[in-house]
Amino acid sequence: MFKRVFIANRGAVAARIVRACEAVGAESVAAHSDIDAEAPHLEAATATARLPGYLPQDTYLNAAAIIAAAQAHRADALHPGYGFLSENAAFARAVAAAGICFIGPDPRHIETMGNKTHARAAMRERGFPVGAGSDVVADAAALTEAARATGFPVLLKPANGGGGIGMTVARDESELPLAFKTATALAERAFGDRAIYVEKYLYRPRHIEFQVLGDGVAAASLFERECSVQRRHQKLIEETPAPNLARADVDAVAAQAARALADIGYAGLGTVETLFADGAFGFLETNARLQVEHGVTEAATGFDLVAAQLRIAAGEPLSDLGVAAAERHQFAVEARVYAEDSARMLPSPGRLQAFRPPALTGVRVDVAYREGQFVTPYYDPLLAKVIGSGATREQAIGRTLVALKAFAIEGVAHNGELLRRVLASEPFIAGQVHTGLLDDLP
Amino acid sequence: MALVEVESEVTGTVWKVETAVGDVVEEGDVLLILESMKMEIPVESPVSGTVADLLVQPEDPVREDQVLALVEA
Repeated sequence: MFKRVFIANRGAVAARIVRACEAVGAESVAAHSDIDAEAPHLEAATATARLPGYLPQDTYLNAAAIIAAAQAHRADALHPGYGFLSENAAFARAVAAAGICFIGPDPRHIETMGNKTHARAAMRERGFPVGAGSDVVADAAALTEAARATGFPVLLKPANGGGGIGMTVARDESELPLAFKTATALAERAFGDRAIYVEKYLYRPRHIEFQVLGDGVAAASLFERECSVQRRHQKLIEETPAPNLARADVDAVAAQAARALADIGYAGLGTVETLFADGAFGFLETNARLQVEHGVTEAATGFDLVAAQLRIAAGEPLSDLGVAAAERHQFAVEARVYAEDSARMLPSPGRLQAFRPPALTGVRVDVAYREGQFVTPYYDPLLAKVIGSGATREQAIGRTLVALKAFAIEGVAHNGELLRRVLASEPFIAGQVHTGLLDDLP
Repeated sequence: MALVEVESEVTGTVWKVETAVGDVVEEGDVLLILESMKMEIPVESPVSGTVADLLVQPEDPVREDQVLALVEA
């Protein structure tokens, strides 16, 4: 096992990695920007490392400063968390070149999965269900051909993108010329690469993802997560098991996801995301990192995914991790509490005059801030993740609802009430979830 | 002719300035784009007219209600 793990992240995930380091008996060095000097993720860490500045590009995205700090602290491993540099292959290579183990997949796999058309091809070749779509389309003529072959309506997506950013819909052929212009401009602006490709547009699909853990030779699935409740392509509520699906079908796709990543030689945690519509699963993307919503799987199985990442990176084989024996003993539901004005759909920075997460049976709260701290506009708006678990789905939902209500947050606008409205809504309780669910709320 | 103040709806940073002083803009045209909590927030011109002044540049921090630009209607 590693002696000292450098944590190149902040907030809830950094705090989570500190706990995983404790679990495997490694020291932790928590990095922080100047504005995060009081953040809760520094509290339990063995040591802290200052990244001067506050803008992401000066701090948590500053590869050179991060690697220098990790070396100064004589860290033998680095955990990138999620977001920031976690899926940056060049960063992973630079960390390795500095003699520090990058806790994540091989940079080649980060690259394959980061390129959407390459990832689709890699998964399709290995028998994973991939919906209709094209390779990169170079011009409007190629787009027309690809759209006809795929069937309207189509979605134009950045080839080097992800996370639902920069997508354009074309309902019929007449919309293609304008859609091509818009889509290439969006791709260029968001990802610095104009390359786009075509996928079939699905109306109100479900978003279902599969947690996989591999060691470079073998890979195992740790079940699915249902993540359909989203706004602006950002997940709000996740749960496992996914309700209202034929269990045999879901388990079969989970096994296919694990087989595909095993065949690639994938090591570490990966999440295979799919869209489910008209009774079929279709590949969306693979996230080559820890996911924000990993806690749902942990609460349902009792399996420590972050400790597993550390152990795999340290060279332990999958067979030693007990993943084959992992079962879902519980239902689990996660609600993401964001600092935002839900009505105006705007972020809400400010000082947390009150921030008191509840301590309740069957409830886990991963926090990104502490009371009195300033929620800055420089980083993402996640304040906390509230995860309720129980013997039934109803109990898991109920515990999450109670915890959200008991969570005192003052000083910023937040979406706690919206989350409670969704969790208490008829379609959610009935498990009738899809990506348009929020639009239907009364 | 009237100068119209364009204010920020949110606390954040200036990500991109999409117009220049002297540009002719329509109501609803994006003058600049703010970033706050990883979200892009376009600032649109409330009126049709000419950009008379841009008071911020990329990476500048801005407060809610701060005047970002002046448009001559």
